[in-house]
Amino acid sequence: MVTLGHYLVASGLLFTAGLAGVLLRRNILIIFMGLELMLNAANLTLVAFSRFHVGADGLPDYDAQLFVFFIITVAAAEVAVGLAIIVALFRAKQTVHVEDLDNLRF
Amino acid sequence: MQLAIFWIFAFFMVFFGALVVLLRNPVSSAMSLVLSFLFLAGLFMTLDAFFIGIIQVLVYAGAVMVLFLFIIMLLDLKSEKQRKLKVGAWLGGGAVLAGFVYTILHVVGRMPGAEQAMPVLPGGVGSDVARIGWVLFERYNMPLQVVGVLLLVATVGVVILSRKELK
Repeated sequence: MVTLGHYLVASGLLFTAGLAGVLLRRNILIIFMGLELMLNAANLTLVAFSRFHVGADGLPDYDAQLFVFFIITVAAAEVAVGLAIIVALFRAKQTVHVEDLDNLRF
Repeated sequence: MQLAIFWIFAFFMVFFGALVVLLRNPVSSAMSLVLSFLFLAGLFMTLDAFFIGIIQVLVYAGAVMVLFLFIIMLLDLKSEKQRKLKVGAWLGGGAVLAGFVYTILHVVGRMPGAEQAMPVLPGGVGSDVARIGWVLFERYNMPLQVVGVLLLVATVGVVILSRKELK
């Protein structure tokens, strides 16, 4: 029997993978992919809660799925802008390694 | 049966999510990310969220990842040399991650309702796309317009950012 806890733990592990990408890797593209993984883990949590919280008519709570819809839209915009910034950065510095980007370091 | 499908999708989703971090070649990482997103879409389908699952495949596994691969090819990263691993940073990051996983297991283990079985949906209600569309245009019409403006602003911003002479 699949319970709500199964989905929450799976989503938590996916979030951990994304967090690992942000914490452990130094390639800015991989860091960006880690961000996407974390966003998707949050989406999985929202959809799981939506399915396990049925209303009076026995249907899932569609407000949470609409929330996921908006998150996906905003994430698509975020990816476009973020990758454009990375390309501009690469043109200026010829690197995607975050340790080479130390202009603001004191 | 349902449990077996859940385990297959969840295992491969987390497995390819971990591969994104562990593989050294950015192209392999991006391909693992695509697979992870596809299995995540499968999990959405097991939750009867077919619309969200399809959107996930079209927008994430399709459009977003093509953009990622495009940028990786454009930047031509294969010339990047291997750097030395920082042992301290990996140990610190590993400790943070272990604490995070422990916290999640602890919280989910004691959460009331976590043992709840999936409620059965009433039969003959039709597709969820129709109902989501109803809720979207009935109650979330204003946010929908705002998100449209956001996409327009993002598109203009990307065009400005990627011009050759950035002053």
